Amino acid sequence: MAYQTAFLALADPTRRQVFEQLRHGPKPVGVIAAQMPVSRPAVSQHLAVLKKAGLVADRPEGTRRVYYIDPHGLASIRIWLDQFWGDALTAFKSEVEKEGLDQ
Amino acid sequence: MITIAPVRKQVTVGAGQQRAFELFTNEMSRWWPATHSTLKSPLKQYVVEPRVGGRWYAVAEDGSTGQTGYVIEWQPPQRLVLAWQLSADWQFDPELVTEVEVRFIAESAGSTRVELEHRNLQRMGERAAQIRGMVDAPGGWTAILEAFKKCAAA
Repeated sequence: MAYQTAFLALADPTRRQVFEQLRHGPKPVGVIAAQMPVSRPAVSQHLAVLKKAGLVADRPEGTRRVYYIDPHGLASIRIWLDQFWGDALTAFKSEVEKEGLDQ
Repeated sequence: MITIAPVRKQVTVGAGQQRAFELFTNEMSRWWPATHSTLKSPLKQYVVEPRVGGRWYAVAEDGSTGQTGYVIEWQPPQRLVLAWQLSADWQFDPELVTEVEVRFIAESAGSTRVELEHRNLQRMGERAAQIRGMVDAPGGWTAILEAFKKCAAA
């Protein structure tokens, strides 16, 4: 499911930082890596995961590739929220029922 | 104007309306899925300040806090509207307001139906497009929403 890949991809704090850097516009790997405490190959790996999750896309620009936030990935946010509220209400219901048993 | 379908959920719980509202708001930490926190440290408390304009925020075990939004409408024990201000990339964004309306409908003395609607989700896309300066770009905002709508409906 798309929401799972998107959610798992963004669950990693370093990867979220990589994603966050693209909020301000497309960037090549080198520029992203320069702002991060991790190596360039590590950044490339994070970008590959984000790309697979549909959250970022890339395109060639001269001799390098630039990465940008993939607008199509936003669909996974709605799917994720749908799942999230389902889980939250289920948890709410069990808490109410737990309380019922205590009394 | 393109809109994204709201997320709608409902659940019937074995508690009176008053108690259901209380547990949902004042004791949110007891049931909020702990895995869904934007904080780095484990979630300790989730607070909804009980008034219009009150903040909705999480407190982590290390004392750090992260705001989710604020209270738009406060009508205990029937209705609550919260602003969810987390962007599509899970950051608090004060410029972004999506609405979470929660209605508590008494079915009997010990049973309440809770209906939840998370709406204005298109604002996440608008805001993302705005941040990237893509609003007026050809194939920008409209294309994004069309794609979003198509995927969301799938």
